Amino acid sequence: MITIESVTRTYGGFTAVDDVSFSAWPGRVTGFLGPNGAGKSTTMRIIVGLTRPTSGTATVSGRSYVDLPNPGLEVGVLLDASAQHAGRTGREILTVAQRFMGLPRNRVEEMLDLVSLTPQEASRRVRDYSLGMRQRLGIATALIGDPEVLILDEPANGLDPAGIRWMRGLLRDYADRGGTVLLSSHLLHEIEVIADDLVVIGNGRIVAQGAKSELLRSAGSIVRTTDREVVARALIESGVTWSPVGEDGLLAQADAEQVGKIAFAAGIPLIELRPADGAGLEEMFLELTAETQRDTISDNHPEGAVA
Amino acid sequence: MTTTDIASAPLVRTSSGTPTTHRGIPLSRITTTELHKMFDTRSGFWLLAGIGILALLATAAVILFAPDNELTYTSFATAIGTPMTVILPIIAILSVTGEWSQRSGLTSFTLVPHRGRVFAAKAISCVGVAVVTIPLAFAIGALGNVVGTAIAGVDPVWDLTVTNLLTIVLANVLGLLVGFMLGVLIRSSAGAIVAYFVYSFLLPGLALLLATSQGWFRDLQPWVDFHYAQSALFDGALTAQQWTHLGVTAAIWLVIPLTLGLGLVMRAEVK
Repeated sequence: MITIESVTRTYGGFTAVDDVSFSAWPGRVTGFLGPNGAGKSTTMRIIVGLTRPTSGTATVSGRSYVDLPNPGLEVGVLLDASAQHAGRTGREILTVAQRFMGLPRNRVEEMLDLVSLTPQEASRRVRDYSLGMRQRLGIATALIGDPEVLILDEPANGLDPAGIRWMRGLLRDYADRGGTVLLSSHLLHEIEVIADDLVVIGNGRIVAQGAKSELLRSAGSIVRTTDREVVARALIESGVTWSPVGEDGLLAQADAEQVGKIAFAAGIPLIELRPADGAGLEEMFLELTAETQRDTISDNHPEGAVA
Repeated sequence: MTTTDIASAPLVRTSSGTPTTHRGIPLSRITTTELHKMFDTRSGFWLLAGIGILALLATAAVILFAPDNELTYTSFATAIGTPMTVILPIIAILSVTGEWSQRSGLTSFTLVPHRGRVFAAKAISCVGVAVVTIPLAFAIGALGNVVGTAIAGVDPVWDLTVTNLLTIVLANVLGLLVGFMLGVLIRSSAGAIVAYFVYSFLLPGLALLLATSQGWFRDLQPWVDFHYAQSALFDGALTAQQWTHLGVTAAIWLVIPLTLGLGLVMRAEVK
C-alpha cells in the first residue's frame, strides 16, 4: 500500500506538486493519469525518496521508503527505462539489481524469461536496445525482488501492441494476487483498460480521484440528434451541462434516462443515446486538465470524485 | 525471508498485507556490487585492461630504449606508474559520475536509498582497486627489471625501498581520491575528467611558474599546493614537515571539497 499525504514540491516559485494526497491499495491497480508535466513523475520520485518533498509525507507499506531495509524486496520501481548505463548488457543490469538485493543468481535468467528477452538480447548492451526492450528490462528489474508494491512510470511507452497486452495481463495478475500497483500514464486508453482506481492530476494538483467505475458513471451520456441546438437548449433549461462531440453529438452531464426524457419533452428525435463509458474518461480527462490549464478550478467536481 | 524462499517463490507474489521484515543490505554487499559495477561496462573493462596492457608496454619500452646504466627498478616503476596515476583516478571518476551521466543513479539510489552508503562503498572499492593493482604493477616492474637487465647483461639495480613503495601507493591512492572528489563535486564524466587533467597537468605548471617569479608564493606553495606536497611521496621518505604539508594541503583540496560535494549529493534530486 502506498499513502501520500499533502505532498507539495516547489522549485523556486514553481509548484510542481501541490498538496497531493492519495492512496494506492493492495489488490488494485491505481492509474495515475495526467498530461505531460502535470507532476506525475515528481510525485513518484518523492515516493521512492529520490526527490525530497517541500512538505508532506509519502509512505510505502506504512514506512517511509528510505527506512525500508532492502527496498527492492518490497517495492518494484521503474521510473525511466532509459536511465541505465548504456555500456552494460541487459543481463548485467539485472545482475547488479540481483546483487544489491542479495538474491540467488538464477533469478536473473528467470526474469529475462518472464519478460521475454532472449539470451542473445540479454547479452547485448542497452545502448542497442529499443525503448520496448528497455521497458521489458525495467519491468524485470522491478519484479526481480518479488515485491508487494509496484511503482511504474509510463511503462507502456515504446511497447508494441502485443507488448502492451502482455504487460496489462502481467499487472492484472499481479494485482489479483494481492499486489499494489501504481501506474502512471498519459495514455488514457491504457489506463482505462487496466486501472481499478484513478488519480487524475493536472498542473500539480489532483483534479479527480476514485474508483474507475464511479468516475466513469459520472461522465454522462453521449447523444446524437437531428437538431443539436434545440436539444442543447433543452438540456440547459433542465440544468444539464453539455459539451459538443463530433458533428451532431453532445456529451451531456446526466444519465441516459434523464437525457432521453429531456429530448422527448423537447420533441426532438434522437439518432443515438448511450452512456458515455468509452469516451467518458477521455472527455473527463480533457475537461479536467483544460480547467486547470485555464487556471479556473471549479468547485463542482464530477459526482463520485473525492478530491 | 530466506534466499531459498525467494528462489522457490512464484514470479508474482500470491499474498500481501502482512508486513515482512527484511534484513538490511550490508555495506560489504554494496561494496562488492559497486566493485562489480566498475568493471562490467565496456569503459570499465578497458580501463582495467588498459592498466595491464600499459604496464607491459611500458616495461617493454624501458627494456628497448633505456640505456644500460638506467636499467634500474626506479625506471621500470616510474614507467609503469605514470599511466596508472592517470587511469586510476579516471576509474574513480567514472564510478561516481556514471550514476549521473548514465543516469543509472535512478536505480542505484532506489535500491539503496541511503546514498552515503553507496558513496562509502564506491570509495572503498576504488581504494581497493588501487591497493591491488599498484603492487601488481610493482611486480610487473620487478619482472621487467630482472628480464631487462638479463638481456642487457648487467646486474639488476634494486634502488627502491619498501618505504618508497608504500609512499608511492599512498600517492596513487591520494590521486585516486582527488578523482573521486571531483566526480562527487562535478557529477559529470566529461567535466570531472577535464577538471582532473587541469588539476594534475595544468596547475602544477602554473604553480611552478608562479613560484619561480613570485617569492611570496615560493614560501607559501608547500602549504597550499596539494600536487606539490604529493610529489614528495615519489621521492622517498617524508620529513615531519613534509607530512604536515601533505596533511594541510589534503585538508584544503581533498577533505573540504569532498565533504561539500557529499553534502550536496545527499540532498540532490536524482532525475
